[in-house]
Amino acid sequence: MTVYTTLATRIRANQPVALATVIDGPHVGLTLLMSPEGILGGTLGDAELDRVVARDAVGELEAGRTGIRHYGPQGESTPEDLVDTPTVRVFVESFSPPPRMWIFGAVDFTAALAKVAKVLGYHVTVCDAREVFATRRRFPMADDVIVSWPAALFEKEGQVLGPRDAVCILTHDPKFDVPAIQGALRTTVGYVGVMGSRKTHAKRLERLTEVGITDPSDLARLLSPIGLDLGARTPEETAIAICAEIIARRTGRLATSLSATNGPIH
Amino acid sequence: MRELLGDIDRWKSQGKRVALARVVDTEGSGPRETGAAMAVNEDGDVIGSVSGGCVESAVVGEALAILNGEQSARVVTFGYSDNEAFAVGLTCGGTIHLFIQPLEW
Repeated sequence: MTVYTTLATRIRANQPVALATVIDGPHVGLTLLMSPEGILGGTLGDAELDRVVARDAVGELEAGRTGIRHYGPQGESTPEDLVDTPTVRVFVESFSPPPRMWIFGAVDFTAALAKVAKVLGYHVTVCDAREVFATRRRFPMADDVIVSWPAALFEKEGQVLGPRDAVCILTHDPKFDVPAIQGALRTTVGYVGVMGSRKTHAKRLERLTEVGITDPSDLARLLSPIGLDLGARTPEETAIAICAEIIARRTGRLATSLSATNGPIH
Repeated sequence: MRELLGDIDRWKSQGKRVALARVVDTEGSGPRETGAAMAVNEDGDVIGSVSGGCVESAVVGEALAILNGEQSARVVTFGYSDNEAFAVGLTCGGTIHLFIQPLEW
């Protein structure tokens, strides 16, 4: 298998893989392919350089980072070692599996949110305990439609969620959304949005207190009412407001109009 | 890259030679992120994009020159702020650095 074939196979299978390419130095164009477990194929032209780049790429892959790294011809990487040494510039590209969005509650808002999340590249899971509502026919755009109580799903698969992922709780039903919130807060998921009016949220906070969720740092992770203040009304507008909030949280931006500010736009 | 795989596979199965252009670095305002990629085959067919449409046609010329052996694999810079920059600029005023090479790995 060539480096390209292995790369394509892993990307298609949603398995993490990093591709390193010499873009400047003695062997321009050579490539090395790595998984979190080690080298899969190729070479950058020097065994020691391969070893050091593979070591670094594991960290880059973990963080989902893509960028240029500088080395000496034999993988020297400390500033002292790099003095008076020609530099090899290596472009390390991380291919991480798509981020995940778990949506709880099989309602109209769910279909719209799943659609928008797919456009943004999420792997979308819809979960509801009610068999009649959680059907593939109602959510053909979702990657998975699961009939389950939230606690059971978090118990089974909660550990896959991380900082790039999102949990959106759209049920409005305390017997469903309280356990979903409890489950989400036990993971390192980056975004937890909960639908409901300000009044609903106030009531929900009381219920959360009853089940022992009182830690301010836990409660601060809950975004409720969910979404940016766009004046959204329809399910589709609300889906945009939710996804826009997810992006703004990730980038740490205030989400005002660019025309009203002066800073850099990216 | 993910979105290019289907077409690249097809081109390769037809025995076509393919050049790959990837955004390896950006400065200032850039329309596409690092890792954005486009591919060009020996017939000049193009898939993917590396900017908002500002530099793609110049990239095709570069890619074909590399496939024809007139140029070797290299980093090409587009933008206003670099003295080495190509005549083609980005409307957003940013700079992008592309690595273009034959897909022979």
